[in-house]
Amino acid sequence: MLAVGLAHYLVVGAILFVLGVFGIFMNRKNVIVILMSVELILLSVNLNLVAFSAQLGDLAGQVFAMFILTVAAAEAAIGLAIVVIYFRNRGTIEVEDVSTLKG
Amino acid sequence: MIAALAFYVFAAVLVASAVMVVTSRNPVHSVLYLILAFFNAAALFLLAGAEFLAMILVIVYVGAVAVLFLFVVMMLDIDFSQLREGFQRYAPFGAVVGGILFLELLLVLGAWNFAPDAGDLRLAPVPEGVSNTEALGRLIYTDYIFLFQAAGLILLVAMIGAIVLTLRDKPAHSRRQDIGAQIARTSILSMQSPAPGQGITRESILRPLPPEPKEKPKPVAHDGHGHGGHH
Repeated sequence: MLAVGLAHYLVVGAILFVLGVFGIFMNRKNVIVILMSVELILLSVNLNLVAFSAQLGDLAGQVFAMFILTVAAAEAAIGLAIVVIYFRNRGTIEVEDVSTLKG
Repeated sequence: MIAALAFYVFAAVLVASAVMVVTSRNPVHSVLYLILAFFNAAALFLLAGAEFLAMILVIVYVGAVAVLFLFVVMMLDIDFSQLREGFQRYAPFGAVVGGILFLELLLVLGAWNFAPDAGDLRLAPVPEGVSNTEALGRLIYTDYIFLFQAAGLILLVAMIGAIVLTLRDKPAHSRRQDIGAQIARTSILSMQSPAPGQGITRESILRPLPPEPKEKPKPVAHDGHGHGGHH
């Protein structure tokens, strides 16, 4: 059972999610901060899953949170690798230039 | 009471550090605030009773992912002030979208209720008298074993993908197996029968001299033994 109400956890998760979306809008050019914002969004999802899991007494939520952590780690690694090769090719990481790859 | 107080402290620090992640000028500071956010989220997980996930968050996220971010930010020589153009321009739009999203989430939260039979629909009720880690282990290695294997596969694909993407191939310095040359090689080595008791000397092995390199090899430090004819 939770020490504070479930709603508290959900509000914190909602704030984190909105901050992640806000960060994606704010840092349109810096792809590294966009990746960090995606990490924040996934963290808020995990917070929600863990809060519901604790409230309901159902461990499946924590299992799913663990799989989300796995996928988020893989996503960060691949994303940063793409950033590195993009920087190697173009000398900058401005996301707006990515559309030059369009055929 | 103390747990509730700790929740509010950790949640406040978590939200504040998340704000700093998306607004700080220097991406290195962003990564450091991200680490702080992960620590506080791990504390919130602990308060919710998910000890294993909290430790995973600290070890995997702070120890690996955030350090990876830090590594990339510091490795790339980027003019970050140039990347912050348009920050003011996008801020109102982002604030509007974020505000609407937050209001919608609050509406959902206000109107939402547990189903009356939610307790009966649990997939994996928390067992009594077992620690969180042990209960999760029992669950992962039995009911969710295929998902667990799929997670391992995802990590493997991510690892191979990251290596393939960033591996810089240097053909001048790496010696690959040239299968065509290897197959087309003619065997000119022949057997000798040395006199008994004499053994063979180096000169008694008939071996073709290595072909002369066509172009003058570049003067590299370890050049002398690198250009033999046998690939």
